[in-house]
Amino acid sequence: MIYPILRRLGQMLFVMFGISVIVFLIFFATPGADPAARIAGRNATPEVLEAVRHSFGFDRPLYVQYALMMQKIFITGDLTSFVNRGWKVVPAVLDSIPVTLSLVFGAAFLWVVFSIIIGVVAAATRESWLDKLLMALGLLGISMPVYWVGEVMNLITQSRYHDTWMFSWVPPLGYKNLSDDPKGWFLTLVIPWITLAILYIGIYGRVLRAAIIESMQEDYIRTARAKGLSETRILLRHALRTSLISFVTLFGLDFGALVGGSALLTEVVFGLQGIGKLTYDALQSLDLPMIMATVLYASMFVVIANAVVDFVYILLDPRVKTS
Amino acid sequence: MILSVRDLRVSFRTEDGLVRVLDGVSFDLDAGEILGVVGESGSGKTMSLLAIMGLITDPNAVIEGSIRYKGQEIVGLSARRMQRLRGNEIAMIFQDPMTALTPVYTIGWQIAEQIRTHNRISHAAALDRVEELLAEVNFPNPREALTRYPHQLSGGMRQRAVIAMALSCDPVLLVADEPTTALDVTVQAGILDLVRKLRDTHQSAVMFVTHDMGVVSELADRVVVMYAGRIVERGSRQDVFSEPLHPYTRALLGSIPPLTGAKPHRLPAIPGSPPSLLRLPKGCAFGPRCPVRFELCDEKPPLVGGSHAAACFRVSAA
Repeated sequence: MIYPILRRLGQMLFVMFGISVIVFLIFFATPGADPAARIAGRNATPEVLEAVRHSFGFDRPLYVQYALMMQKIFITGDLTSFVNRGWKVVPAVLDSIPVTLSLVFGAAFLWVVFSIIIGVVAAATRESWLDKLLMALGLLGISMPVYWVGEVMNLITQSRYHDTWMFSWVPPLGYKNLSDDPKGWFLTLVIPWITLAILYIGIYGRVLRAAIIESMQEDYIRTARAKGLSETRILLRHALRTSLISFVTLFGLDFGALVGGSALLTEVVFGLQGIGKLTYDALQSLDLPMIMATVLYASMFVVIANAVVDFVYILLDPRVKTS
Repeated sequence: MILSVRDLRVSFRTEDGLVRVLDGVSFDLDAGEILGVVGESGSGKTMSLLAIMGLITDPNAVIEGSIRYKGQEIVGLSARRMQRLRGNEIAMIFQDPMTALTPVYTIGWQIAEQIRTHNRISHAAALDRVEELLAEVNFPNPREALTRYPHQLSGGMRQRAVIAMALSCDPVLLVADEPTTALDVTVQAGILDLVRKLRDTHQSAVMFVTHDMGVVSELADRVVVMYAGRIVERGSRQDVFSEPLHPYTRALLGSIPPLTGAKPHRLPAIPGSPPSLLRLPKGCAFGPRCPVRFELCDEKPPLVGGSHAAACFRVSAA
């Protein structure tokens, strides 16, 4: 059991190294992308430009530049922003991680629980009005853009109905630390969680329903019936269990991407300073060190999420272990 | 009488109209008796078994006629009461051992699940019983096999696991759908022994579907020959094998290679292929392939005769 884990960790490191090289080359070595010119400002004289170039090491070979960058991110941790001089990049990323993790974990919990309920109920009652209703609601959830849902949520809970008994508990937008104020943390995140989860409940509910209905056609379901099991047990213990494999695949991809910054729209709408917002702002101002750090961080999460999914596979599907 | 099937008809509603896959099938099965059901693919063998198990779940299926198990009608029996019979008193062995087991659970768990569905015992006690069963079906190392997943076993092992599962609640009636087709000959012989043993020790009734005449001649007490959804011949093993009445049965027996004497240059084959159930020929369904067809065969021949009966005008006219 130890060896495959180590091998997997090695693969993860290799993938992250590859990503860091590619991102570095895109921003620092593409023709026309002169980082010194960006730092020095619009009307800098050639002398100033040269000075900046020297002080940041841009006049040295690319691999030295890359090594310096990695050293500043991972070893000394003193990489500073090009745009806001003196703003340390690594602490900024570290500060935004709990915000994004809180948002995505909560939403993921909601979407897993509700999509399993919806998928199972729809599959159990397939072709009935309930199935059709649930699938129509799912489609509606998928069709609504998340930023629009977020704004509507804000309009309702922060403005129009904020003073009624229904939404007076909703605190103003922003993030509260879990360790400082657990109740405030929870309350500020409830609405963002729901907003982010709606889309995924729709997708996962529909995917799971289709997967369950497909497994119900399998020969082993007929065997389960021949054993005299009840339909409920066949559905939950045999069909759902085998359907969870495709569900977990999808989950790994989406979860990794969201933690890596894809929750940007939700973060912006609800004023959460998460990793998505940080990356977005850095891209707006072409803040190269910040982009470097956030992309590396994001890739790390995608890679970790995929590794976790592979381990969950082994738990779900014994056939994976031997191959 | 364990099982009594009377005028069983199964049809499916399709875009091309109603397709009848079973047409007026009747037979009886006593305790301790092994009934061999023979026929080509599509002759309705498997469908008869599924009807008895109440496992025809297609919403477009129409089931008519009567299937009585110990005198109780099971066509149209409530789902709950059928569940109590299935796996407990009536068990089925499926044809394809590769896909018949749920891939994500161990053999031990899957068989114990069935035992615990019908008996109030603990999981540990159920596992002990599974170990006995696996030893009974000749697993070399039953304790270890409990923790095996289906994909870790060979085809023959899986088939034996499926059989152990079917036997787990000592069924009164065992229906087997070509349980030996996917297996090699030595494994096949072992499984036929198991079926005989079940009959001898539990006085179970067995309905054994196959297209292998050799298996039937070895195992069955009585034989039913099916063609295009109908029974064309019915009788004791001796009767059917020594004096086959229906031309189809004769042709089937003629296409078995002889073990002794001169080898024929070519084995005789039945000309043509089984008819499509959508466009059954008028009259006798075997008519177009029959070497002894005559005018009367434009009508459907009824199954006539006592203990040895055939659906053929040549026989009833003679």
